[in-house]
Amino acid sequence: MSEAFESRPKLRVRGRSLMAIVLTPELPLADWLGALDAQIKAAPTFFDQRAVIVELTALPSTTPDVAGFLEELEQRGIRIIGTEGAHPSWNGIKAWVRPLANTRASGKPVEIHAPSSAAASAKEANALVIDRPVRSGQSVVFEHGDLTVVGSVSSGAEIVATGSIHVYGALRGRAFAGLKGNSRARIFCRRLEAEFLAIDGLYSTADEIEPRLRGAAVQAWLDGKSLMIAALD
Amino acid sequence: MARVLVVTSGKGGVGKTTSAAALGAALAQAGEHVVVVDFDVGLRNLDLVMGAERRVVFDLINVVQGDVKLHQALIRDKRLETLSLLPASQTRDKDALKPDGVAKVVGELREKFDWVICDSPAGIERGATLAMRHADIAVVVTNPEVSSVRDSDRIIGLLDSKTERAERGERIDKHLLLTRYDADRAMRGEMLKVEDVLEILAIPLLAVIPESQDVLRASNLGVPVPLNNPTSAPTRAYLDAARRLRGETVVMTFPSQKRSLISRLLGRKAIA
Repeated sequence: MSEAFESRPKLRVRGRSLMAIVLTPELPLADWLGALDAQIKAAPTFFDQRAVIVELTALPSTTPDVAGFLEELEQRGIRIIGTEGAHPSWNGIKAWVRPLANTRASGKPVEIHAPSSAAASAKEANALVIDRPVRSGQSVVFEHGDLTVVGSVSSGAEIVATGSIHVYGALRGRAFAGLKGNSRARIFCRRLEAEFLAIDGLYSTADEIEPRLRGAAVQAWLDGKSLMIAALD
Repeated sequence: MARVLVVTSGKGGVGKTTSAAALGAALAQAGEHVVVVDFDVGLRNLDLVMGAERRVVFDLINVVQGDVKLHQALIRDKRLETLSLLPASQTRDKDALKPDGVAKVVGELREKFDWVICDSPAGIERGATLAMRHADIAVVVTNPEVSSVRDSDRIIGLLDSKTERAERGERIDKHLLLTRYDADRAMRGEMLKVEDVLEILAIPLLAVIPESQDVLRASNLGVPVPLNNPTSAPTRAYLDAARRLRGETVVMTFPSQKRSLISRLLGRKAIA
């Protein structure tokens, strides 16, 4: 009996929040699809990998061929994760994914940028420079490269980057470099007073950092499975 | 051109209300038309510190909700005719503060006064964010003590994101008001020094207000600090602060240690 108990596999469950785009189709549907096409033409990568929720409250429940509409959206590469405001008695609504529960009706309007600026910013966005202090409670996440802060990072602040992190000031908060599996990322700072340092998932808390390194200019990097920290001078 | 100033801190009990009243009185003494507005709905204190608690008829919530006109709620100070108070409600809570209503009231106050001083409640929730929303200048009140400094840092971050100015891409002038400073304790390492606080918060220093028993006396009497004792050290510091807010360059005076001459001559060690 105890053997059966021990051999039960563990199920790890995590919570995750993500930003979804809400589309609200309106009548006439043909016109709305036309506008959607124009938008996709102007910004071809906008819907790539974005989770989309379709809000159906603007469509009367007598709208015909709702299932066909679903196909139209999917053909355009739109990944629908849920619907809102759909009445269960709609003809064809069963073909859609199940409605979302407990969603908040409000949401901020999202601007769809023109492709030139998107492409340009994608090219330039391989390094982010912040030229003011990062204050307690602020969280900076940069997923496209190195992050540089010209100033200090306060206790209670958090800076995260897929690349390396450079702090020209005191690092008093938390720093995570090498997000998304970049084990070659490093963390540099002028004064180490960090609460937490991590590179590609391997971390050290303030307690674990050698006392002689506190207050010094340091760099941190990964050597195999160890997080190494050494003084810069 | 009217200026809206918010007195905020994050941490509670550091001297926001005392300082809002003191700066208001100091500016009014210099001839400016000043209104101090209490945004601490439900836990109002500004009326007590101003000595107006027995004259409150209508409050900020009444004006925001449109029950009364602004002039019916404003209470003129008995000692300084250019100083007025707009008290908060004690029976409601901050959910009654509506952003549109507050915007309208602040707009009206801008037309009537040179300085609109908003006394923020503690915390980072709605009351505090509404108090700072329309500010042109922020005075961040901090005690030289680690939790106060961290909370002030948080509030500075919010000033750079939740104010109308920040949303428009403009900078809001932030000033540090270091209160309850005790030079002896700072020297002994029991309290943070001025330079330690400045290094962490990185905003310009407005004034250092020394720890003083005068402040509690003034509060209990319902008199703003500069009016209660015109020559005390805190009063001088607040008056200098008001002058700096008006654009004057005033040399900063730091509270000095209180050791007596004899103890300074003999040093702290016993003579063998």
